[in-house]
Amino acid sequence: MKGMTIIVKTISSWVKVLIVLFGIYIIHSGHLSPCGGFAGGVFLASSYLLLMLAFGRDVVERELPPSVALKIACWAAFTFAAIAISGLFFGKNEFFWNYIYQKWLAGAGIEVHFIAAGTISLAEFAIGLLVGALLFLVILNLSTFRRDTSASR
Amino acid sequence: MYIFYFLLIFMIIAAIIAIETKNLLSSVICISALGFGASLMFLFLRAPDIAITQIVVDILALIILIRSTISRDLTFISGDKEFFGTVVSVVIIFIIFLAGVKVFETLPDFGTAIFARVPNAASQTYIKEGLEKTGAANIVSSVILDYRAYDTLGEATVLFTAIIGATVILRKKAKKLLEEPDL
Repeated sequence: MKGMTIIVKTISSWVKVLIVLFGIYIIHSGHLSPCGGFAGGVFLASSYLLLMLAFGRDVVERELPPSVALKIACWAAFTFAAIAISGLFFGKNEFFWNYIYQKWLAGAGIEVHFIAAGTISLAEFAIGLLVGALLFLVILNLSTFRRDTSASR
Repeated sequence: MYIFYFLLIFMIIAAIIAIETKNLLSSVICISALGFGASLMFLFLRAPDIAITQIVVDILALIILIRSTISRDLTFISGDKEFFGTVVSVVIIFIIFLAGVKVFETLPDFGTAIFARVPNAASQTYIKEGLEKTGAANIVSSVILDYRAYDTLGEATVLFTAIIGATVILRKKAKKLLEEPDL
């Protein structure tokens, strides 16, 4: 499994960057338009899926090792929980309180702004990283499992 | 309105082909076409969030299915079906169909939202005050990450726990440790 032809390899190494950029755009505009952390995380994982289909599994494991992906997933989950718990200490003593919501933007009539939603944007970033890293691990585990079973037969 | 009937017929034909075809690859592609029809339907019903997720998951699931199952050996079911089992399954399907007809009679008309019948529903509060209270122009985002954020935390925890568990079981290091003689 050494990958596909040179044409597929070249094109996919260019397109990978565009897919990652589109995933980041979808994550960060989750509070403005129909996007969100879950869909953007799937885009981030699918860029590495394209790399794995074109170059084979070893190149992807060198580029983003599974231990690094595990660390990213753990830190993203910790960040999401920390955002939830920090609502207890700042603001109104409520879980998930949106304490950095920019009221002056809504008062001035500029609701559609990048930082207008407060903790919603931060939580979207955490969920996007979490879903992207976890789906990457799913794809990697599936391909590992397949290779081992085919070798034993 | 008629586009939904066209999409529905397209999806039914795709599902029938996906069941009846002999080739595994064309079956997977038919499932993907079915999901594409479903995402178009979500798009025409003005639910672009679900349409994006549906189409992305379909593409990803298609590639994963092709990668992980296309080289496995296939099992074919042969022999005649039992008469009793066939009759029982047909009767159960017919009963479920009758129950579905009863349920569809109680649904509101097409295009009218279900919360419009309840005057003090919570969803009306979200629609009226969602932008002012949370600052998110997308109502779906303000609901899943502000009003109903507990639900999203639970979903993320379930996903995290399931995949971390699978990764820990399927990792390579444990195999190397087992091969060492002092363990």
